[in-house]
Amino acid sequence: MKDRVRIASGQGFWGDLLTAPRDQVRGGPIDYLVMDYLAEVTMSILQKQRRKDPSLGYARDLVPLMDELLPLLVEKDIRVITNGGGVNPAACRDAIFAAAARHGIRGLAIGVVAGDDILPRLPELRGAGIPLANMETGEDIAGVLEHVQSANVYFGAAPIARALREGARIVITGRTTDTGLTLAPMMHEFGWAETDWDRLAAGTVAGHILECGAQASGGNFSADWRAVPDLAHVGFPIAEAAADGGIVITKHAGTGGLVSVQTVKEQLLYEIGNPAEYITPDCIADFTTIRLDGDGADRVRVTGVRGRPPTPSYKVSMSYLDGYTAVGTLTYAWPDALEKARAADAILRQRLADLGLPFEEVRTEFVGHDSCHGPLASAPGELNEVVLRVGVRGKSFEAVERFGREIAPLILTGPPSVTGFAGGRPRPSEVIAYWPALIPRTAVSAEVTVTTT
Amino acid sequence: MRIRLLDIAHARSGDKGDTANVGVIARREEYYPLLVKYLTAERVRAHFAGIVLGRVERFELPNLGALNFLLHEALGGGGTRSLKNDAQGKTLAGAMLRMELEIDEHVTPGENRHV
Repeated sequence: MKDRVRIASGQGFWGDLLTAPRDQVRGGPIDYLVMDYLAEVTMSILQKQRRKDPSLGYARDLVPLMDELLPLLVEKDIRVITNGGGVNPAACRDAIFAAAARHGIRGLAIGVVAGDDILPRLPELRGAGIPLANMETGEDIAGVLEHVQSANVYFGAAPIARALREGARIVITGRTTDTGLTLAPMMHEFGWAETDWDRLAAGTVAGHILECGAQASGGNFSADWRAVPDLAHVGFPIAEAAADGGIVITKHAGTGGLVSVQTVKEQLLYEIGNPAEYITPDCIADFTTIRLDGDGADRVRVTGVRGRPPTPSYKVSMSYLDGYTAVGTLTYAWPDALEKARAADAILRQRLADLGLPFEEVRTEFVGHDSCHGPLASAPGELNEVVLRVGVRGKSFEAVERFGREIAPLILTGPPSVTGFAGGRPRPSEVIAYWPALIPRTAVSAEVTVTTT
Repeated sequence: MRIRLLDIAHARSGDKGDTANVGVIARREEYYPLLVKYLTAERVRAHFAGIVLGRVERFELPNLGALNFLLHEALGGGGTRSLKNDAQGKTLAGAMLRMELEIDEHVTPGENRHV
């Protein structure tokens, strides 16, 4: 059993820096590469892809990445954990097996964690008296049930740890907590019990620090962004974990970016609620017990983390279709840029009203003036240019589509010195609304299978 | 004296549905009590008038010298429903740091905006 394990973050989201996983594998010693691919809306997109083609429904970027890295991963004995399996982790595994075969790699064990996809079981679960009410608003699900596109339970680290115990070198999961990807190797390597709350909480905190990739190592750093060196070659964060639950956050030597107490603090505060109750399926971590200390250049020590048992529920993330949006933009230039953009907005709104199109919301922002800070934006001076950005949302596809035809005419029928319509008419996008709910842990169980070629 | 929050704190923001969170971190240990005393949920709610339509919750993290704020109904519906350019509230950290606070204590920030 190891007394120390190095876990490297390779992707903070689907769409993150493509070279990061390779740099983590090549740039120095690591034991695990963990990659988070799933945002809230991703699952419904993947469900749609699987409906069109039953062999799809996972993060397809993973396959060329594994194709590139597999020989090196085998040579360096690095294991991979990712939730990029989406709604079809078995198909993802098979695609990686095919890549392994191309490289002549034999005896590769890949673990799959499934069972999180409860979309086909919704009627049965409702029949069993599980309400699946919206955990934020308390609303009954009956009104949206027929529009539900995806429904996935968040599993934690335990099923991944089981796959590792059964010999998996790569673990592909469906919906798993981001933090579980990092905690699982610690549970496996150190033999932590599933009731060792303080250590599970320490691993969970490490997972939270790693889950957004370089946001812990100098990216998006508000305290002093100018002081971050060489972001072009930013090193993604690495957690060095010890068997006693001690964690050091660092990055490979010679990479860009910065790991400091301040960069780690910013990431700890990212997307959290009540810091005393960071709830996961593995434990509840108390972020008010975390102690951070500098431990030399680009090293931050994380200690003192306390945890307690998790709740009797799993979180379920559901998505449903809820109408359409479209956003159109036009650029107005000096002189009187903002005044002309405002006039164009008024003309557009009058035309939309004349057409009697039913929208739930029409929103106007002036990019370059107030699109980010709204009424807090300082009074504009003489703007050289400003982007008029108008968005609409409604249940009617036709109305939203019709809105898209009202933008371009403003070029010849509105105020002067306007440009920026090369992209064509704005097209309606589906609103994929999010429905969080709770489900008793006893109603679902993770399915772990480890297959070897 | 009047100080800019930007000079005594740094921040990061993100989203959970239609709720944004803003973590505000004291640039120096001695600034944390100022945040606790002056950066109240009520003041933050007033600062974000017209942006945050729901309630504001505040949590304290003395161990990190930080406060965490939850801004409810701040993202135009959140996710793919929102029509905002900043649908995920990424720039609300900066919007928070625009705040100015009238404090009784004397501090000399300015050169402290370093790592």
